[in-house]
Amino acid sequence: MSDEHKPVPASEGENPFIGGEHTYATVTDKIAAIALARRTSKGWVLGFLFSFALMQLLLVAVGYLLYKGVGIWGINAPVYWGWAIINFVWWIGIGHAGTLISAILLLVRQEWRTSINRFAEAMTLFAVSCAGLYPLLHVGRQWFGYWLLPLPNTMRIWPQFRSPLIWDVFAVSTYATVSLLFWFVGLIPDLATLRDRAKVKFAKTMYGIFAMGWRGSAKHWYRYETAYLLLAGLATPLVVSVHTVVSFDFAVGIVPGWHTTIFPPYFVAGAIYSGFAMVLTLTIPIRAIYGLQDFITDRHLDAMAKVMLATGLVVAYGYMMEIFMAWYGGHPYDMYMVLNRMRGPYAPGYWALIACNIVIPQLLWSSRVRANAVFLWVLSLVINVGMWLERFIIVVTSLHRDFLPSSWGMYYPTKWDVMTFLGSIGLFLTLLFLFVRLLPVISIAEMRGMVSSPTDKEGGHH
Amino acid sequence: MDLPLYGLMAEFENPDHILHAAKTAYAAGYRRMDAYSPLPIHGLAEAVGFRKTYLPLVVLIGGLTGCFVGFAFQYWVSVVNYPVIIGGKPMNSWPSFIPVTFECTVLFAALSAVFGMLALNGLPHPYHPVFNVDRFERASRDRFFLCIEARDPKFNRDDTRKFLEMEEFHACEVTEVMV
Repeated sequence: MSDEHKPVPASEGENPFIGGEHTYATVTDKIAAIALARRTSKGWVLGFLFSFALMQLLLVAVGYLLYKGVGIWGINAPVYWGWAIINFVWWIGIGHAGTLISAILLLVRQEWRTSINRFAEAMTLFAVSCAGLYPLLHVGRQWFGYWLLPLPNTMRIWPQFRSPLIWDVFAVSTYATVSLLFWFVGLIPDLATLRDRAKVKFAKTMYGIFAMGWRGSAKHWYRYETAYLLLAGLATPLVVSVHTVVSFDFAVGIVPGWHTTIFPPYFVAGAIYSGFAMVLTLTIPIRAIYGLQDFITDRHLDAMAKVMLATGLVVAYGYMMEIFMAWYGGHPYDMYMVLNRMRGPYAPGYWALIACNIVIPQLLWSSRVRANAVFLWVLSLVINVGMWLERFIIVVTSLHRDFLPSSWGMYYPTKWDVMTFLGSIGLFLTLLFLFVRLLPVISIAEMRGMVSSPTDKEGGHH
Repeated sequence: MDLPLYGLMAEFENPDHILHAAKTAYAAGYRRMDAYSPLPIHGLAEAVGFRKTYLPLVVLIGGLTGCFVGFAFQYWVSVVNYPVIIGGKPMNSWPSFIPVTFECTVLFAALSAVFGMLALNGLPHPYHPVFNVDRFERASRDRFFLCIEARDPKFNRDDTRKFLEMEEFHACEVTEVMV
C-alpha cells in the first residue's frame, strides 16, 4: 500500500495526508466526539482500571522507599546509578519525539505532523512527569528535594553551578514547563470548540474556563500564530539541549565509557529514536480503536518509520564510534570497558541491545514492513526495549568494573526497582487514558487547515 | 430593542468570502470591526485593520532578561556570595555557566511568548458580546463571522446592515449583536 512511487503533487490540491471526504464540520465533529461522548466505552474503562492498578505499584514502591530509604533498590558500591537513572533517561528520551514532532517538523513545514502533534505533545508531558520522579526519588532524602533548587537558605549555601547535575535540574524543569505551555497554547482553540459543542453543563463550564474566552478573533489568531511559531523556535534548541545536558551527566565524568564527546549527538538521536517508537506504540492502537485512519493514515506511519530508521542509524554510528575511539585512543581502561560490554557478565544485555536497536530495525528499509501497522507496532516495542537496554548497558557496565579490581561488583535490580518502573508505566498510561477521554487527541484547529475549504470544492483555488 | 447594540455580525460559509467582505468593509471606511474564524485565515487580521504585533519584541526582551538573570545569578553565587574552588577552576568559570544561562533564556522567552500573547489578546475574557449570538457557536466549528461594531463612527444600523447584506459578499445571515 506504499504510494511513495506515485507521490501526489501538491498542485493537485489534494492532501495525501488526510483520507476520506472531510470538511471543517466533519473534522470538528469527528475529533470532538471522542472527548464529548456521553458514554464511556467499556474498553476505555478496562484499560483505565488496568493502568490505574499498575500505578498503585508506584504508590506502594514509593511509600516503602520513603519509609526505608534507597537501600531497598539494588544500588550499592560500585553501582550507585541503577534503574532510577536508567528509567529517568529512558522516559525523558521518549518525551523528545513529541517536541520534535510539534516544533521541529512545524518549522520545516512537514504538514503530516498535524495529525499526531497533539498526541505526541501529551506523550512528552506525561513521559517527562515520569522521568522527573526518578531523580527526586533517587536523592535519598526526598523531603530535601528542594535543595536541588537555588533557594536562599539558613545554611547560606548554593547549588554547585559547575556540576552537570544542576544543569540537569534546569534543563528538565525548563523542558517540562515549555512542553506544558506549548501543549496548552495548542489546546486553546480546541478547548473553545469543545466548550461550544459540549452538551453537559459541567463539561461546558470546565472547557470554558480553560478556553479563557477564546473567540477566534482574527487579531487573536494573528498573535496566537506568532506566539506558536516563536514557541516552536524556542523548543527546537531546547529539546536538543535537554538530552545534551542529560548526556553531560555521564560525559563530564571521567568514567570509561561515559567520558566521550560523541555522547550529546548520539543521546539526542537515541532520544528521538525511542520517542518515535513510543509514538508508534501508542498511535497504532489508538487510531484503530477510535477509527482515525482518515487522519492518521498509513503514510503517517510510513513517515514515522523512516524517521526511526534514520535516527536508528545515527545511534548505530554512535555505538560504532564508541568502539572505534576506545581502540584508536589506546586507553587501556576504555578498551577494557568495550570488551567487557561484549564479553563480560552483562554481554547478553549488550547483544540484545544491538539486536533490538540496530539489527532488527533494518527491516524498516522495506516499504512493505512500513506499510504493515501490526508489524510496525511490534517493531516499535522492540525498539523501546532496545533503548531501555542501551541505558542499562551505559549505566551499569561502566560502573560495575571500577578502576581497581578490588572494587568490582555486580548490580542486580530488586523487586522494588521493578515495581517502581512498572508503576511509572502505570502513571504514564493512566494520564494518557485521561487525556484521550477528556481532550481532543488530534488538533482540530490545525486539521481544519488540512481539509479543502468550501471554495475548493466548487472548483476554485486559493 | 432597548438593549445597547454592540454591532452587526455577518456569517459566512467560506474563508474567501469573509476575506473579501472584510477588505471591502475596510475600504468603505469601517475601522472598528473584527473577524472570527475556526482556523487562522492568512490576511484576515490585516483586512480588518490589524497592523502589527509587538509580541516578537516582548519575547526578545524576555529572552534577554532570562539570559542576563541566569548568568548574573550564577556569577554572583560563584564569585561573590559563595566562592568555592572546584576542580582548580577559576571562580568565574563561565563555560560551566552556559547550560543554565541557556535554559533560563529559553524559559523566560517561552513564558513571555505565552503570557505576552494572552495579555495582548486580552485573555482570559470570559464574557464577550459576540457570545450572545446563538449561531456564533459555529465560529469554533465551520463558520466565519465578521462583526462591525456600533462604536465605529461610520456605523449606522440600517446602512451597515444593507452593506453587509450586499449580494457580492454571500453572507448567509446578518444578526444584531447585543451587549
